[in-house]
Amino acid sequence: MDMNQYLSMFIDESNDHLQSLNENMLELEKAPDDIGIVQVIFRSAHTLKGMAATMGFEDLSSLTHQMENVLDLVRNEKLKMQDHIFDTLFKSLDALQMMVQDITQGGDGKADVQSIVASLQAIVRGEAPGGTDSSASGQAAQGAAAVHSGIQLDEFQYSVLEQSISEGHKVLYIEVAIREDCQLKAARAYLVFDLLERYGEIVKSHPSVQEIEQEKFDRSFSLYYITQKDASELQSMIVNLSEIESAQVLQLDHETLNQLASGAQEAAAGAAEAPTAEAAAAADSKPAAAPQASSKPAASEAKASPRAGGGAAPSRTIRVDIERLDVLMNLLSELLIDRSRLEQLAHEIKRSDLTETVEHMSRVGSDLQNIVLKLRMVPIDTVFSRFPRMVRDVAKSLDKKIDLVILGAETELDRTVIDEIGDPLVHLLRNAVDHGVEPTAQRIAAGKPETGTVQLRAFHSGNHVFIEIEDDGGGIDREKILNKALKNGIVTQSEAAAMTDEEVYMLLFAAGFSTADVISDISGRGVGLDVVRSKIESLSGEVSVTSTLGKGTKFSVQLPLTLSIISAMLIKVGSEKYAIPLSSIVETAIIQRKQIRSVHGYTMVPYREAHIPLMSLASLFEVRDFDEEAEEETEIVVIRKGDRLAALTVEDFIGQSEIVIKNLGKYLPPVQGVAGATILGDGQVALIIDPNAFIK
Amino acid sequence: MGEEMKVIVFKLGEEEYGIEVDKVQTIERMMPITRVPKTYSFVKGVINLRGVVIPVIDLRGRFDLPESEYTEQTRIIIVAVNEMEVGFIVDSANDVMDLNSDVIDSPPDVVGGIKAKYLHGVARISDERLLVMLNLSEVLNRSEIIQLESLEG
Repeated sequence: MDMNQYLSMFIDESNDHLQSLNENMLELEKAPDDIGIVQVIFRSAHTLKGMAATMGFEDLSSLTHQMENVLDLVRNEKLKMQDHIFDTLFKSLDALQMMVQDITQGGDGKADVQSIVASLQAIVRGEAPGGTDSSASGQAAQGAAAVHSGIQLDEFQYSVLEQSISEGHKVLYIEVAIREDCQLKAARAYLVFDLLERYGEIVKSHPSVQEIEQEKFDRSFSLYYITQKDASELQSMIVNLSEIESAQVLQLDHETLNQLASGAQEAAAGAAEAPTAEAAAAADSKPAAAPQASSKPAASEAKASPRAGGGAAPSRTIRVDIERLDVLMNLLSELLIDRSRLEQLAHEIKRSDLTETVEHMSRVGSDLQNIVLKLRMVPIDTVFSRFPRMVRDVAKSLDKKIDLVILGAETELDRTVIDEIGDPLVHLLRNAVDHGVEPTAQRIAAGKPETGTVQLRAFHSGNHVFIEIEDDGGGIDREKILNKALKNGIVTQSEAAAMTDEEVYMLLFAAGFSTADVISDISGRGVGLDVVRSKIESLSGEVSVTSTLGKGTKFSVQLPLTLSIISAMLIKVGSEKYAIPLSSIVETAIIQRKQIRSVHGYTMVPYREAHIPLMSLASLFEVRDFDEEAEEETEIVVIRKGDRLAALTVEDFIGQSEIVIKNLGKYLPPVQGVAGATILGDGQVALIIDPNAFIK
Repeated sequence: MGEEMKVIVFKLGEEEYGIEVDKVQTIERMMPITRVPKTYSFVKGVINLRGVVIPVIDLRGRFDLPESEYTEQTRIIIVAVNEMEVGFIVDSANDVMDLNSDVIDSPPDVVGGIKAKYLHGVARISDERLLVMLNLSEVLNRSEIIQLESLEG
């Protein structure tokens, strides 16, 4: 079978599983006793193993298999999660991630995982109670574990068992071992199944029937069985089959279940006890049916949490190649252009039925545009989800204790922004962990909680998305920054004195600036924040800092919701038309030319009790066929960058319109003041003005 | 034995030039061009080619030839080189020709006022007819223009 068609699906799903493994491991690290999380992790690892094996990535599946072994012990409470186990498991996850990445890039997913496998095996060997001294007991324990999981996965089977007991049937736990020299294990096993099925019903077997048929079992298998026959009778019947070494049949009843449910935690002490232990676990995992089982509320909780996790997953989605969405977007933009064209024509022709149709088309077009834009929206969770792990690692390497609190991970952003915003946020977070939060000793001395908190928030506001990173660390020391800036010659003494706190903080974003006393490999080399700023600005975003000394620092990133369609004001200068993004327009006005003043060689106009600089678009863009000096009144557009304002003179306002941003083509070098181009209703290209370039 | 190829033939003044056909996307009649301020003088602006914004340069201006009025014959040849799409304004374009690469000779230093580095070679079609083959990646080489601009400015 050609696996290639499944490869992309495999990669996507593997990444999903790795992500969830990572997240859940972090959860587990916070609550190492929560078996519910272990179950979720186990299931993810198991699915991953299965997928990898199907696709023939052996290293991947064997590593997951070893992880599974460890997790299996943990979820059966035979092994307590400890630091070194976490580290090993995290290391395994990293290795898995590398392999999947290799596969993504067309590799064969092979990697040397010997050492990780060895340490995983050491954990299994070193900590497993009962050890491997008797294969029977080991097998029984494993069987118990598997049945345990089987019943946990399927409440139905458990209730069948219980009901059968109530109705007077005999419920048996049977364990069969096949002789070591047996050549056809599967065939022997089949005989056992065949025999049993004649006298009753097999509810559950471990390994599963399919696995047994494929000889995927060692020497023994165990099963739950409902029958009317006596236990001893069955036992002799099974043993009488050829090449069967032993058969243990244990009858279960209500009493055993209840009794076991309330106590008996000496799990897996021996083969005989295995079924009881497993029955106990089974009873535990059934919250409602067993009345006294509530003695362990934790168990029902453990049961509930994987359910909740599993329940959220199957929202009905399809995966679509992002390129197809881009094509859809392009087609839609052409439609929008034609729409404006049609509107214009309908307006000229003035036929009511035509106008109506065009209006209807416009409405449908707007709805379509909204939906396509929504399609491109991705929850920022896809970026945020890798941060907990990163913060954990960084904090650990710095020997700090840090809680990362993520809020608003469901906030949606345009795909293009999502793809770009990851790296800047990584910088800011590392910065917060490294420089923001103080070392533990210092925190204790300052009377703060030992564990620092870094909050990562995302939320919508207007046409923008805000992402804030706030730490409860030492805050930014104004003097320290100024001293550094003076030393580096970024500011002069007199400038420094006049600067507001915010302006001082913005110095952090200057190139080659770092205030860290000690340069670490995490941050402090002065590359970073300036890159962060330029990246965010290239996304038409802004970044700002607020800080209180001793209390903490907040970095705030403001981003546009989408980069492809914006509202803009169309204006005319001479014979040329331009578009100005509405987001940077404060208002439009008409002024008398005689109001224009000249101050220090700049032209200024009065605007709300202040004077703001006035610039002529015609002269900035060297428009030849418009002479504004000849006018008495002139139209201005007041634009804004941050809290600074300026006015642009134009000849005429055309109106407001939704425009599709297109670039000017690769050939042209960037033109100052031009953010791109758009196609107007008449098919002509209009340049989009970047007002930020005009305000210095 | 050289390769057979097809070339688009266009004219600047009296001289005939050729571009390999696989580099040419379409040939358009003159259409409204939106001026782009503050850029090279030979960049005439951008056009809307079926929803895509494409910069257009005047090939005469690019080669420092005197620019002329646009006429009914003026064409915009849209070429795609190194993932860049650019339109060339030429005096006329009206021929596709089969050519064997054997007939292309390396160019003399200057042909019709155009420096040799912009040229691929000169193809001798007949005794009276020469076809100048353009080296498109050199014509569209941006770093070279930037140098050129700074020298001029």
